[in-house]
Order: sequence, then C-alpha cells, then structure tokens
Amino acid sequence: MYSFEKGQRPLNPYLAGAITGGLVALSVVATGKFFGASTTFARAGAALVNMISPEHGASLDYFVRYPFAVDWQLLFLVGIFVGSLLSSTVNGTFFIDVVPELWRERFGARTWLRLFTAFLGGVLVAFGARMAGGCPSGHGLSGVMQLSMSGFVSLAAFFVGGVAMARIIYGRS
Amino acid sequence: MFVSIMALVTGAVFGVLMQRSEVLRYDRQLGALLLEDMTIVKFMLSAIVVGSVCIYALLGMGLVSLSVKSTVLGTNLVGGVVFGIGWALLGYCPGTAVGALGEGRVDALVGMIGMVFGAVLFAELYPFTKLSLFSWGNIGKVTMPGFTGTGPWIWIVGLAVVAAGLCFLFERNDL
Repeated sequence: MYSFEKGQRPLNPYLAGAITGGLVALSVVATGKFFGASTTFARAGAALVNMISPEHGASLDYFVRYPFAVDWQLLFLVGIFVGSLLSSTVNGTFFIDVVPELWRERFGARTWLRLFTAFLGGVLVAFGARMAGGCPSGHGLSGVMQLSMSGFVSLAAFFVGGVAMARIIYGRS
Repeated sequence: MFVSIMALVTGAVFGVLMQRSEVLRYDRQLGALLLEDMTIVKFMLSAIVVGSVCIYALLGMGLVSLSVKSTVLGTNLVGGVVFGIGWALLGYCPGTAVGALGEGRVDALVGMIGMVFGAVLFAELYPFTKLSLFSWGNIGKVTMPGFTGTGPWIWIVGLAVVAAGLCFLFERNDL
C-alpha cells in the first residue's frame, strides 16, 4: 500500500508550471476556456439543495445563477482526477492516506481530528472562493496571467489568510 | 463534443503535471504557507509568466479574447482571506483537492464535501445580504494595463522580473 519509496524523482516545478502556462493558452485558443475550479462546487451545492428541496433551491438567487450543469469546468476537474490517478498509479506514488505526514508530526494520527479540520477548511475554502469570485486556478493562474486586477488582489489575499492561519496552526518552526 | 473532450484532456494533462511535480501534496501546500517549501509558488510563477506571454501574444494576433473577472476590492480581499484560512486548514485548494483525491488522499475528499456545504452556506447567505457589506470598491472588469493606461508588455516583463527575483531567492535559500 505504501509505495512512496518507489516514487520517481518529482518533476521540476518550473518545467511543470511552464507547460501548464502553455496548456492554458492552448485551451483558450481551442475552446476559449480559462482554468478555474471553484464554480463547480457551487453547481454541486445547487444539485444537492435541489435534490433535498427543489422549491428551496429555486428560492436561492445564487443557485439560480449557478445551476447544476455538466459543463467544461466539471469535465476539466474529472480530467484532473483521472490524470492524477493514472500518473500516481504509473509512477508508484498512489496510496490511500487520511492523515498527511506534516499533520501527523504535529497533531498525531487521529483520523477524526484531521477529517473534521479538512471538512471545516473545505467549507471556508468554498465560501471564500465564491465570495472572492474565484480560487487559485481562476484568480491565481487565469486571472493574473491576463493581468486582471481581481487576480492580483485575490491571490495576495489568499496568501495573507493562508500564511496567517498556517502560523496559527503550526506555530513558529 | 470537441469542447467536452478538450476539457477532459486539458484536465488530465494538468492533473499529470500537478501530480508529477507534487504540488497536490498537503505537505507542499502547507510548506508554502509556512514559507519553508516554495514548490507550489515556483509552479504558479512559471505558469503565470509563460501563460501571460502566450495569452497576450495570441491576443495581439487576434486569436483569443480575454475573460476578466470583476474587481470588487471588498469581496476579493475578504473572500480571499477567508479562502486562505480554509486553505491552511484543509491543505488543498479546489483544483488540487480533486487531484489529491486522484492519488488516494481521503482528507481531500472530505474537504471537497466541505466545499459543497460551503457553497450552500454562501448561497443561503447571498440573498439576505447580497454581500453588500463587502461590495465596496467595485471597479469592474479591469486589467492592470487597462486601469493604469499602460501597455501590457511592461507588466509582463515586470512580472517576469519579479518572478525571477523571487525564484532566485528561493533557490539560494533552498526553499
């Protein structure tokens, strides 16, 4: 199960990033689509609410604006999942894991604590991303490479919140 | 059909690139937020620099059009900080969580379930407030060159110089 040792040397992040930059450009030329990820979670939320109560779903303005749809971005995320699954399986870095190493060193191997924190983090991530209008893909990569002001402002804010919270969680190291 | 296939293929290539460069890892994401491991920052900076050169070159040739999001300073800043707090707790952002699940990380899946609930929470609060409390600083869909009345290439060169400087510092300090 734990085949970490077999893993190959990681790909140089500069090279991987540079290819990613070209990939965004290719995607925009071919289909007009810039990278983004967080809208899909809003659309999934719309699907969830509409499953429980369609009337309530119809009363939420935000979900009327962002109804569930199998759109470009959902398929893009499916692609990321498949690509990562294939890549990790081939190079031997796939393994089922609940508590990341760095977390385990600091807080121990208690599964419930890690999963509770991950859930809470996920709630804040989506709430913040929808409020800011995007996540590190939409604002950070696509926004900044288009030199959009919202991209620069949001990316800076992501890191301000993240660096502050990481310090609170892990303290001075 | 073509667009759907392109979406899947583009995502898959992006997934492989992120998996192979380890930017999907919790340890790498927290490493960046603790300012100890800049792998994800290097990845983002080089993607942004190469992407901006390609996008603006293609724009000059009339082959692409931009898709700029509105700048609302209040929501960008407050939402951005809320996102950052969640990012440090979860250790993945929306795109990398999906990829991390692909390499077997269960905590990323629970984070994604949390994201769906976070989006529902946002939608529930949206009609009452329309986030009016935070909607100050609405500048519209502006780019930095458009806002300042300068050409894009000076910004791209500036971005490249800043990125190169940062990466030089990262490498020198072994981050």
